[in-house]
Amino acid sequence: MTNLLKETSHTSEQLKTMLYDMMVIRSFEEMVEKLFQQGKIHGTMHLCIGQEATAVGACVPLTIEDKITSNHRGHGHSIAKGTKVKGMMAELLGKETGYCKGKGGSMHIADLDVGNLGANGIVAAGLPLGVGAALTSKMKKLGYVVVCFFGDGASNEGAFHEALNLAAVWDLPVVFFCENNLYGMSASIKEMTRVENIADRGAAYGIPGVIVDGNDVLAVAEATQKAVERARTGEGPTLIEAHTYRWRGHSRSDARKYRTREEEKEWRKMRDPIALFKEQLLKAGVLTGDEFSDMEQQVANEMDEAVEFAENSKEPDLETLMKDIFA
Amino acid sequence: MNDMRELTYLEAIRESMSEEMRRDEDVFIMGEDIGVYGGAFGLTNGMIEEFGPERVRNTPISEAAISGCAVGAAMTGMRPILEIQFSDFVMIAMDNIVNQAAKMRYMFGGKTSVPVVVRLPGGSGAGFAAQHSQSLEAWMAHVPGLKVVQPSNAYDAKGLMKAAIRDNNPVLFYEHKLLYNTKGEVPAEDYEIPLGQADIKREGSHITIVATAIMVNRALEAAEILAKEGIEVEVIDPRTLVPLDTETILNSVKKTSRVLVVYEAVKRGGYGAEIASMIAESDVFDYLDAPIRRLGGLATPIPYNPTLEKAAVPQVDDIVVECRKLMNK
Repeated sequence: MTNLLKETSHTSEQLKTMLYDMMVIRSFEEMVEKLFQQGKIHGTMHLCIGQEATAVGACVPLTIEDKITSNHRGHGHSIAKGTKVKGMMAELLGKETGYCKGKGGSMHIADLDVGNLGANGIVAAGLPLGVGAALTSKMKKLGYVVVCFFGDGASNEGAFHEALNLAAVWDLPVVFFCENNLYGMSASIKEMTRVENIADRGAAYGIPGVIVDGNDVLAVAEATQKAVERARTGEGPTLIEAHTYRWRGHSRSDARKYRTREEEKEWRKMRDPIALFKEQLLKAGVLTGDEFSDMEQQVANEMDEAVEFAENSKEPDLETLMKDIFA
Repeated sequence: MNDMRELTYLEAIRESMSEEMRRDEDVFIMGEDIGVYGGAFGLTNGMIEEFGPERVRNTPISEAAISGCAVGAAMTGMRPILEIQFSDFVMIAMDNIVNQAAKMRYMFGGKTSVPVVVRLPGGSGAGFAAQHSQSLEAWMAHVPGLKVVQPSNAYDAKGLMKAAIRDNNPVLFYEHKLLYNTKGEVPAEDYEIPLGQADIKREGSHITIVATAIMVNRALEAAEILAKEGIEVEVIDPRTLVPLDTETILNSVKKTSRVLVVYEAVKRGGYGAEIASMIAESDVFDYLDAPIRRLGGLATPIPYNPTLEKAAVPQVDDIVVECRKLMNK
């Protein structure tokens, strides 16, 4: 953990909000997991428990005008960008009050009103889309920046390389934010990539590549802040590689044979982004134990309300099946 | 239409895009070598001089990125026209068209729209061989959420391009390479041909030919020959595959009682199969005096040798022979 807390310009309220947002993400996903086990959610889901600091940290420097594109593991990104858990929960339950009216589910949550251009079921697809959103910003002089979230596995897709090159040659306001959680589904990034760091690939496209501890929310916020400023002032894109770890399997069917329980335990015990940040705030006197307990209660209430809202919402009418195919 | 001039199909498309770019500053074009080079076929010649490099954006050779970029720009308020140099290269852009552009609105519960035009020079006959000559429009027509346009002459090309640019959905605009230099009367003024409106290119009473793209022109030539034999052919050009104007087609078949569907794409699984099925499933079936016939490309990659290349797809004589068969002659 860095000494960033001493140097940070964030107010206590902002720091507590960061912690709170991370807690909301984890609580949301734990609830979703429970509902899934109860058979209330069908299909599949990709949980980001353990990665909360990347989502929250990267969204700290963003305004509501700024945009994100996300991937299949996108619940955290959505929440961090300001998408509300009620509508997300309703979407996962397939209800008409969900963000996508029950037609998208976990992998397609989008909330354009807060600049969330959507999760994506296709690995690396969010990068070219984000580049396009950044082109709009540049052509219309709108001043917003786009953060594209993707995983280590996506860095081996052609779309990753083409998107970085395109954004670089056009100096577009994009931050390519790689959450390197060490595995693309089951494949270790070490086995699938010869370069040591994904950030090194930035050099191939003439853009900065930055490595950051993805479980240190302040470090993530600081690295992203610099990249966002660079983008906003017309200097072009940055590639950020944040080291993190997903505690759960890739999706519901994952027996996690490709990694050891020891490795998992180490990340959970030693590098839990929420526990680390909480300790930091307690130590610095920014947060009291009572305040933390209140926050836990508040998060729990928020989740209960979200589930109640989702469960009491209507199923979409059958007549919506053929709606919204064309504008 | 007071101010008529002769323009080529290529010039008509350029004029349509340029007029739209003058009218609406959100419209811009991007693609490979479309700047000072003017595009592989010269279609964008002069556009960068008028609109500048910001709105006539020369891109890297990166179909996967530029297609996604066009979709992302469309989602956020621009109206991009993406030139794919040869329609065959759209395979490298397929994810962005099929998985992203086509589904975005639906997946997001109606909260976005993707007003992008993807221009696709297609078809055989120019000696470009198997990877530069295909007609794969049926792939696109199969995907819910995409509109598919195939103009057969300069007049239609201008009006359909206007409609495509003004449409709030992804539109795949197939241009036939052999038609680029064909001339036709094109009004100087602004006009739009609505997507989903077929055109009766020639009236006749004995046989309906439903033909697409360059096959419309070949069907019209065949009709001239057949007229001399006393066979009056009606030629219908759907102009857009999605949406399809079923009414115009069915009314014609009802009148003639015989139908031949002609398309350049491989006959097996081509869009003509959809048109034939649509007729067979309709009430008009009872009016048919003969089985519905289809004439399409052979199930082969397009070969290089000019004689073989011609033999791979329907020609005027093939259409004439099929029509005679339909009339038992």
